[in-house]
Amino acid sequence: MKLPLLPILLLVLLAGVPLLSPPDYFMHLLITALLTAVMGTGWAMMGRFGLVSFGHGAFLGASAYTMALLWNELGITPWLGIPVGVLVAVLLGVLLGYPCFRLRVVGHYFALVTLAAGEIVRILVTALREHTGGSLGMTPNQAPPGGGFLAMQFDKAGFWWVALGAWGLALLAWWLLDRSMTSKALAAIAEDEDAAASVGIQVTREKLKITVISVAFAALAGALMAQYRMYLNPESLSGLGISLQIVFSAIAGGMYAPFGPSIGAVITIGLEEALRFGFGTEFTGGAPLVYGVLLVLFMLFLPRGIAGLLERRPQARKPAAPAVQLAE
Amino acid sequence: MDLLDPFFLEALVNGILLGGVFALPALGLNLVFGVVDVVWLCYAELVMVGMYAAWFLYTQAGWPLWAAFAVCLPLVSLLGLLLHLLVVKPLLNQPPINQVLATGGVLFVLQGAATLAFRTDFRSLGVDMPPMEVGDVFVSGTKLAAFCAALLGAAVLWAFLKFTYVGVAIRAIARDREVMPLMGVDPQRIYLIASAVGGALAGLAACLLVVQLDVHPFVGLSFGPITFMICVMGGLGNMLGGFLAAFLMGLIISVGGFWGNTEYSYVIAFLFFILTIFARPRGLFAR
Amino acid sequence: MSAAMKQSAGATLELSNIHAGYGDFQALFGVSLRVEPGEAVGVVGPNGAGKTTLLRVISGLLRPRAGTLRFGGQDLLQVPAHALPALGIAHVPENRRLFPHLTVEENLKVGAFSKASRAHFEQRRDHVYSLFPRMQQRRHQLAGTMSGGEQQMCAIGRALMSGPKILLLDEPSAGLAPLVVQQVFALVKRIREEGLTVLIVEQNVAQVLRVVDRAYVLETGRVAAEGRAAELAADPAIRRSYLGGH
Ligand SMILES: Nc1ncnc2c1ncn2[C@@H]1O[C@H](COP(=O)(O)OP(=O)(O)OP(=O)(O)O)[C@@H](O)[C@H]1O
Ligand SMILES: [Mg+2]
Repeated sequence: MKLPLLPILLLVLLAGVPLLSPPDYFMHLLITALLTAVMGTGWAMMGRFGLVSFGHGAFLGASAYTMALLWNELGITPWLGIPVGVLVAVLLGVLLGYPCFRLRVVGHYFALVTLAAGEIVRILVTALREHTGGSLGMTPNQAPPGGGFLAMQFDKAGFWWVALGAWGLALLAWWLLDRSMTSKALAAIAEDEDAAASVGIQVTREKLKITVISVAFAALAGALMAQYRMYLNPESLSGLGISLQIVFSAIAGGMYAPFGPSIGAVITIGLEEALRFGFGTEFTGGAPLVYGVLLVLFMLFLPRGIAGLLERRPQARKPAAPAVQLAE
Repeated sequence: MDLLDPFFLEALVNGILLGGVFALPALGLNLVFGVVDVVWLCYAELVMVGMYAAWFLYTQAGWPLWAAFAVCLPLVSLLGLLLHLLVVKPLLNQPPINQVLATGGVLFVLQGAATLAFRTDFRSLGVDMPPMEVGDVFVSGTKLAAFCAALLGAAVLWAFLKFTYVGVAIRAIARDREVMPLMGVDPQRIYLIASAVGGALAGLAACLLVVQLDVHPFVGLSFGPITFMICVMGGLGNMLGGFLAAFLMGLIISVGGFWGNTEYSYVIAFLFFILTIFARPRGLFAR
Repeated sequence: MSAAMKQSAGATLELSNIHAGYGDFQALFGVSLRVEPGEAVGVVGPNGAGKTTLLRVISGLLRPRAGTLRFGGQDLLQVPAHALPALGIAHVPENRRLFPHLTVEENLKVGAFSKASRAHFEQRRDHVYSLFPRMQQRRHQLAGTMSGGEQQMCAIGRALMSGPKILLLDEPSAGLAPLVVQQVFALVKRIREEGLTVLIVEQNVAQVLRVVDRAYVLETGRVAAEGRAAELAADPAIRRSYLGGH
């Protein structure tokens, strides 16, 4: 297998961004967008095969809170805490996914089960307020002087590189997946689960594989986001709201192309900032309003997202834009 | 433990009352899903708009409460109609996920619009009825009234579905939409009617909720997810199943709250939901 | 004979040069067909010949790609499918397609949905019950719990609720025991004696040729033969292919 040269070049170029010493604010946006991109890419890995999760927020929360609690209460460094958190999230995903896939919970039912899972995490985080700070949120303890690196509390450039690494990994995973039997199996499953099973595809196993990968990236991005912001709260790391936002950015960018969710992340973050500037804090509702309108418009007119515009035409076989087929 | 413990009885009663409140949105959501085959992800936000309408008309415009409620119902019904015409209808031939996501977009729109219009403050209607004492058990008068109104709404809906031509057609189309034109039924018209009725139920739910809960732009998130779960538990599109599941969830939450605290009781309810789906993937009452 | 069914005065069904299909697949190639008022006409042919497709075109469920479709002089292609029952076209679809979770009477009620039919609901329902006394006994039973024969009766009854001028029947005998098939054909006979026009699709060629006046043989989407029922029944080629004769 030969890795495509262009994306690697892009990655190297992006790694050089901090050397241009851009303004902090600009770096902040870039880091946020990059981490959002990792979440969306993770979500889309499942989403594009018809496994539509409305609960990916649960996985952000599971890993972020695990990491932060390990640090605050036991002093375990996020370098360790993040892998542990990701593991916790993956376990959660498997715990949820295995019975779902085994029992053929698909379509709307799957979406709503994941939604419930997201809500459970949100309520648990709120209820465990003695540890998590409840809905007010929590802050990871400041590292002692000189211990910044060990506590994973870097400056913006440091986070940029970490985020870039996560993003590169996610794209690499996507690229490898596209070349694997798993993706072919999943495409067949998305088309017709029974037919796929009858030709010997292990439906449960294949779905579980993609779930693990998808959850792992969402969880990684969630923990990194929390660590970067040095702030965790249930609304931004669990529940329906954030879960839908992840879906939005993946859909807006286009969930069928490897770069689609990243494009979506840039759009979402850019939009959020533009609206914040445009409306100011007076109009805090402006952002979700525009978001929502865009989501509707995307569904109506551009269901394959921005990346859908760039797709080669011959692929447009069916008249109706075939976003995901939910087998019922 | 003593099952006749008045506090436990009170929890049971409250659970049933709570179930009545959940029942309406569950019925509305199931109605729309059964007929149009689309999940309105923004259903709770329609209720939220209705709550704001009632609150605004009553506390700000100084209308009498009944008048505010009388406007709230058709208003949300109209909203349901618009939702169908503007968002759902153009997507009818698209994969379900696109439809769900579009209504998810409307969820953001309504939250955003409410925030712009009323900011994030919690708004209270400030009406309360005196509690009633039945035996050893105290029951909130407001909750009891809301419960009775919910049952009445459900009964009217039942009669509509049972006895009218449109009602029977609605139940028929939920099973077989392709054959409906042969019966002289225009499915598009039935979709419109179901959306309007679904909206009206959200409007009624809004009236009953606004006397019990403070309104804020995100209030939908506090009962929306549970409503979806109730619908799925009862079997999507199965109105009776949803109705019963609403009471089951109400009891779980209320009794769970009696033993632990309310937050954990929601966790238990959600876990119960997930386990139910694993045990009966098509809903508790699937045949 | 009931007043409810006497209205079949002079509406000719006329298809000419109909082309129709599903997506890239074409099922009908220039089919022309005519049913005079009061006539009973059969359509026979092997599986996949396009018989169901033909009925779907007539009742508006499938729009043809080309050709004309008239009923009593009116261009049906200008009318939406759901308005056709009110014009007097009733279609008993393949596999009956009852609403299994509704009672027999509720099924009849759906059949009487159109505005014009509602006023006649009770009258027509009673007429249906007089045709099928079994339905009356089972009026509150869920349709899905009835036997195949009863379901077929119910499906026909449901179609009669719109007070049609022409009844389209798609394989009413499919999946039924021989004795029940006899009953169904006896019923078809009775319905047409009441003056209703009937267009009936059947696999059961021998039986259907005894009930209808004329028939069309459809093969791979084309009319392969047409004629009076008796002539077709005597045609050696037809006998060989469809009647198991020699
Ligand atoms: N919904 C559909 N989509 C695609 N092709 C279809 C569809 N319905 C029917 N066809 C095809 O059109 C052709 C004609 O089908 P049709 O159902 O009209 O046949 P038929 O004569 O009624 O057969 P049978 O006697 O088995 O009922 C067949 O080849 C069938 O595969
Ligand atoms: Mg057929």
